[in-house]
Amino acid sequence: MEFWATPVGWTILAFAHILAVTVSLLLIVAFIIYGDRKIFAGVQARKGPNVVGPFGLLQSFADLGKFLVKELVIPAGADKAVFLLAPLISVTLAFGAWAVMPFAPGWAISDINVGILYLFAVSSMGVYGIIMGGWASNSKYPFLGSLRSAAQMVSYEVSIGFVIITVILLAGTMNLNQITEAQAGGFWHWFMFGGGPNWQTNWPLILIMFPMGVIFFISGLAETNRPPFDLPEAESELVAGYAVEYGSTPYLLFYLAEMLNIVLMSGLMAVLFLGGWNAPWPADYLTGWPAWLASLHGLFFFAIKTVFVFFMNAMVRAIVPRYRYDQLMRLGWKVFLPTSLVAVAVVAGWQVYTGFGS
Amino acid sequence: MALQAIAFYLMSAVTLVAGFCVVSARNPVHSVLWLILAFFSAAGLFVLLGAEFLAMLLVVVYVGAVAVLFLFVVMMLDVDFTALRQGFAQYMPIGLLIAVFLAAEMILVATTVATKGAAKDNLVPAAAGSGSELSNAETIGRVLYTDYVYFFQAAGLVLLVAMIGAIVLTLRHKPGVKRQIIMDQVLRTPKTGMRIVNPKSGEGIGE
Repeated sequence: MEFWATPVGWTILAFAHILAVTVSLLLIVAFIIYGDRKIFAGVQARKGPNVVGPFGLLQSFADLGKFLVKELVIPAGADKAVFLLAPLISVTLAFGAWAVMPFAPGWAISDINVGILYLFAVSSMGVYGIIMGGWASNSKYPFLGSLRSAAQMVSYEVSIGFVIITVILLAGTMNLNQITEAQAGGFWHWFMFGGGPNWQTNWPLILIMFPMGVIFFISGLAETNRPPFDLPEAESELVAGYAVEYGSTPYLLFYLAEMLNIVLMSGLMAVLFLGGWNAPWPADYLTGWPAWLASLHGLFFFAIKTVFVFFMNAMVRAIVPRYRYDQLMRLGWKVFLPTSLVAVAVVAGWQVYTGFGS
Repeated sequence: MALQAIAFYLMSAVTLVAGFCVVSARNPVHSVLWLILAFFSAAGLFVLLGAEFLAMLLVVVYVGAVAVLFLFVVMMLDVDFTALRQGFAQYMPIGLLIAVFLAAEMILVATTVATKGAAKDNLVPAAAGSGSELSNAETIGRVLYTDYVYFFQAAGLVLLVAMIGAIVLTLRHKPGVKRQIIMDQVLRTPKTGMRIVNPKSGEGIGE
């Protein structure tokens, strides 16, 4: 046991954790992409990928192979260093954000006090990959796409920030593990339903927190450039936006980063509003269980919730038509921003008025 | 701790190199990218100091928002690189003067802290209460909203005035522009939106 506390042991342990999370994320993303395509196909009454492997399950791996063996083309007028750096930054940030995600009780690579701010900071840096890629391509469509993306992501970050503040106010902490623990004991404790540990006094906040959850979900769609807010890559206007000049592995990295961010947003929604790894009922029976079994129990519910949010995400993508750009900006600045700002004031006032539930 | 020392020297070196490259890069967009790297490694130094809240704020505010707008503006500008470098010798003395002032101020602050101790040792305990374990966000909050609440509010007011000023300067109503009023569109019903007519053959619908 002492070995793991020494610097060398600690480093090895940290690397092992990071490797485990990275590998499982890559596998999960492969199947998430498959699921996304299947849902999209299902809504349009098509079959979707069904050739590679049973039910087409291995389609993502076939795509991976194809991406890797394709030729890497760098446009003649491109800024080579920035052009290649952009997808690397995107994918690094997308993986880095997972460092603080609480998968199960005590299962986070790094359980830091400002976890939620860290996630917010990393996701706000994600815009650089796109801007740099669009600029370095030295071409018109990518540039327009990256400008759109920058404006869109900066706009929706503001409302995401305010929604996160309402959750922080209710939980009284910025540590993701503690935020999750504050929602233990059944679905009526979840922040989506007002809830928290003091749900007896806080339940009227459902009127505020439910809309906040919806705003967070929609802002998450805009933040990750998902339809109906995929203006940066609107194929009818900009061909493929910032990714026009990209092919083979750099494109794969962009795509991977995008999917990882989508899963991250789903996971964050689960943690902030749907109780994270808590079961939707009082889980007192867990006290007698061994720690690893209780962790698996938590992981199961976290995964279920994340996949549920992702499913809604995919359904929105398949069903809702794309927004016009001015409508997108209007929604962000004139609807979500005032609403969430008022919600922050109301929740803060409520917390002071009720004496923080005491 | 050896690990901390390695991290500190690495971060400081990256900050310094990035800062130098901001000035020396030929392409203004590259300058901004180096500036972002400098901000980011400065945030890393904050984490090493144990000020993780400030570090995250630095990344969220400067890297995530301010620098994006910087990049935005610089990318849109058509900068003439040669014209930019012409006044270099002319501005050099002023730049050096400012640099010397900055360095002198920083040395002054550093020596004061080193000899007399940091200001926080004298101020914080009154607000923070007894020596309970407080996270850095709580400590900052307690000081900011008690001892310095008026300064804090005044700073907020200054920012508000600046924001309103910027809006007043740029807002203009052009006459004759058709604006989309979403409320009107949402409130449209079949009754107000369409008219059902039953024209007789050969007469049209009139009007």
